[in-house]
Amino acid sequence: MSEGVLHAGAGHAVQHADYLEEPRGLWSWLTTVDHKRIGLMYMWSVLFFFLVGGIFALLIRLELLTPRQTVMDAETYNRVFTLHGAIMTFLVIIPAIPAALGNFALPLLIGARDVAFPRLNLASLYIYWTGAAMAVATLALGGVDTGWTFYTPYSTTTGGGVSLMVLAAFVLGFSSIFTGVNFIATIHKLRAPGMGWFEMPLFAWGMYATAIIQILATPVLGITLLLIVMERVLGVGIFDPQLGGDPVLFQHFFWFYSHPAVYIMILPAMAVISEVIPTFSKKTIFGYKAIAFSSVAIALLGFLVWAHHMFVAGMSLFAGAIFSFLTFFIAVPSAIKVFNWIATMWRGSIALEAPMLHAISFLLIFTIGGLTGLFLAALSTDVHLHDTYFVVAHFHYVMAGSNLIALLAGMHYWWPKMFGRMYNRRLAAIASAIIFVGFNLTFLPQFVLGSRGMPRRYFNYLPQFQDLHVVSTVGSWVLAAGLFLTAAYLLASFRQPKGMPANPWGGRTLEWETPSPPTTHNFEGQPVLQHGPYDYRPEPAPVGVKEMAH
Amino acid sequence: MSTLTSSAHPHADHGHTPFLQHHFREMSQQFDAAKIGMWLFLVTEVLLFGGLFVGYGIMHARHPEAFMAAHHHLDRTLGALNTVVLLISSFTMVMSVWAAQTDRKKLLILFLLLTLMCAGVFMVVKYFEYSHKFHEGLLPGKYYSHKGDTVPGQFMFFSFYFMMTGLHGIHVLAGMVAITWLLVRAIKGHFSSEYYSPVEITGLYWHLVDLIWIYLFPLMYLIS
Repeated sequence: MSEGVLHAGAGHAVQHADYLEEPRGLWSWLTTVDHKRIGLMYMWSVLFFFLVGGIFALLIRLELLTPRQTVMDAETYNRVFTLHGAIMTFLVIIPAIPAALGNFALPLLIGARDVAFPRLNLASLYIYWTGAAMAVATLALGGVDTGWTFYTPYSTTTGGGVSLMVLAAFVLGFSSIFTGVNFIATIHKLRAPGMGWFEMPLFAWGMYATAIIQILATPVLGITLLLIVMERVLGVGIFDPQLGGDPVLFQHFFWFYSHPAVYIMILPAMAVISEVIPTFSKKTIFGYKAIAFSSVAIALLGFLVWAHHMFVAGMSLFAGAIFSFLTFFIAVPSAIKVFNWIATMWRGSIALEAPMLHAISFLLIFTIGGLTGLFLAALSTDVHLHDTYFVVAHFHYVMAGSNLIALLAGMHYWWPKMFGRMYNRRLAAIASAIIFVGFNLTFLPQFVLGSRGMPRRYFNYLPQFQDLHVVSTVGSWVLAAGLFLTAAYLLASFRQPKGMPANPWGGRTLEWETPSPPTTHNFEGQPVLQHGPYDYRPEPAPVGVKEMAH
Repeated sequence: MSTLTSSAHPHADHGHTPFLQHHFREMSQQFDAAKIGMWLFLVTEVLLFGGLFVGYGIMHARHPEAFMAAHHHLDRTLGALNTVVLLISSFTMVMSVWAAQTDRKKLLILFLLLTLMCAGVFMVVKYFEYSHKFHEGLLPGKYYSHKGDTVPGQFMFFSFYFMMTGLHGIHVLAGMVAITWLLVRAIKGHFSSEYYSPVEITGLYWHLVDLIWIYLFPLMYLIS
């Protein structure tokens, strides 16, 4: 299967009890305060809901195979795409990297024994499970057909489980806030001695910027969602024009959260990529401070651009022009990062292992997603493209493609650290290619569809759009095949004995200094920083990653 | 190249108080982390109420006459009484923190009890205010049934009145639970000049509850 040990390092698989083994039993997992175990439980939960949301996605694509009804009726279709959106947004993409990989890796990367508030961390996992259960329970109430954005006045007048669904999102918001609070306190107070702010791995900067948004934006969503419940239960009137309220006010409130939330979805992805690219290029990251500050810049700029979702919602032309102008700005820090990653790879000694292949996929997909964002930021083109498949394709590139492919990059990167086992690296490389092809096959045609006028969320469509819909649907099956292949070889890795060395990839950050899998307390003693996180100067050179056998 | 220095074993550097958690190196680090955490949480609380404040501001600007007419139904005396009660409780909370910092166990218990009592008085006054409004039909949204209004649309004011004071009331109740928990721990003798961060961070929370009321009171009761 795998080629065994990649980088011998200290060369011995240490046999003392790791965090997976000690203490034993299901109860010890459910009551654990170990950030690594909590991270893994988040990861399995997120992957489970990724499967559920993915099945809904396949059903949507299947329905759109023909211009008329294919496998479900129109009402079912509305419920399915709402659940797909709500599950993927609130249960998968937002928590995926911060709550799963962040919880596992952040304390290790900064040399801490745990996050600052371990019990709060466990509580946030239980809050996540509660919110997830509530979201799923809406199915018993007839589902929700509003779309994941819950726009008023439809969401305040339609039946079904809307109240329960928005309460679920409210509860999930708390989980996200607690994770953010925990990470900021952890980064401020628990860095290893000697680790200044600019000696932190960039993953920590990404988590820090993400946490800022989680803390500043999520409460606004929370109160907005509560207002929907109040509107439905008490008829308070704030969003109801018949009572003197304003339905567009909901959109302002909603996007004031949800646009920054887009960066909750992308900043963690960038954080992962900033770790993977230097490790597999064997080079110091180019422009460390530029990458670090651009994360924070994105977090802050993200609050100024919310109304670009509302160019056609009855805003004044002047306000539209201002928001369009501000929106262009946010492309700058994103582009800074992309150029820095490419500069890092330049003349690097690149090893095309699975994490790196996913990172390169990310670069391409994120660039397409970012550039198409400019079409939507420009007022005039947005009027044409608004609520078409162009928008669908754009946000799938930046939210689904970039975030989930970065999640895959991170999972493949830290898998040997998490479990002490290696997956089949050849299959992993093949799967990353299938996923890349499948993703583009699914969503590239949608840009064309949208520019030709195919509206989003439509159940039936004009026959001339069918060819591209067929390509897109076939793409969704290719993408699913790649993901199932990934699931298969990752699960198969558990049949391997544990035996990965501490540092299989030759990384320079602190998590590679502790055994794989780590012990319960992360490190033997207190790690003290002696070199920077991306210090690849040819010192006692690490043996280096062996080339893939092709 | 190792960056690990095997200093002490994780458990060996525990201080002499049993309240230092294993992942902190020293008490001051644990205390600072707790304070950062609480301040960040308070930011989220301000933003949560902020949404309602913004909504109130917008609807007030759109329906100024209705809001002006509606606010006359509130009892300024009771509102002012509650403001004073909460201000006193903020003072007694500060004194609890001081008592904990200076190892005065009996005073700590006394001041915590006084804070709890003030919170209780606030809730009792709130109860009388609410039941009076229920009786008069001054209810939020579609349940508004007050007779004899000359200005239409007053229900919107009461929508916000109940949402904002209700959310605030829930926070007072949560504070009472937290203070009761402090009280139990204070009686058990957990707090000292070396370890008082739960008292301090609960105090921070309590000051926020107080502060929000200080904004709510003029906004609701004194808009004319």
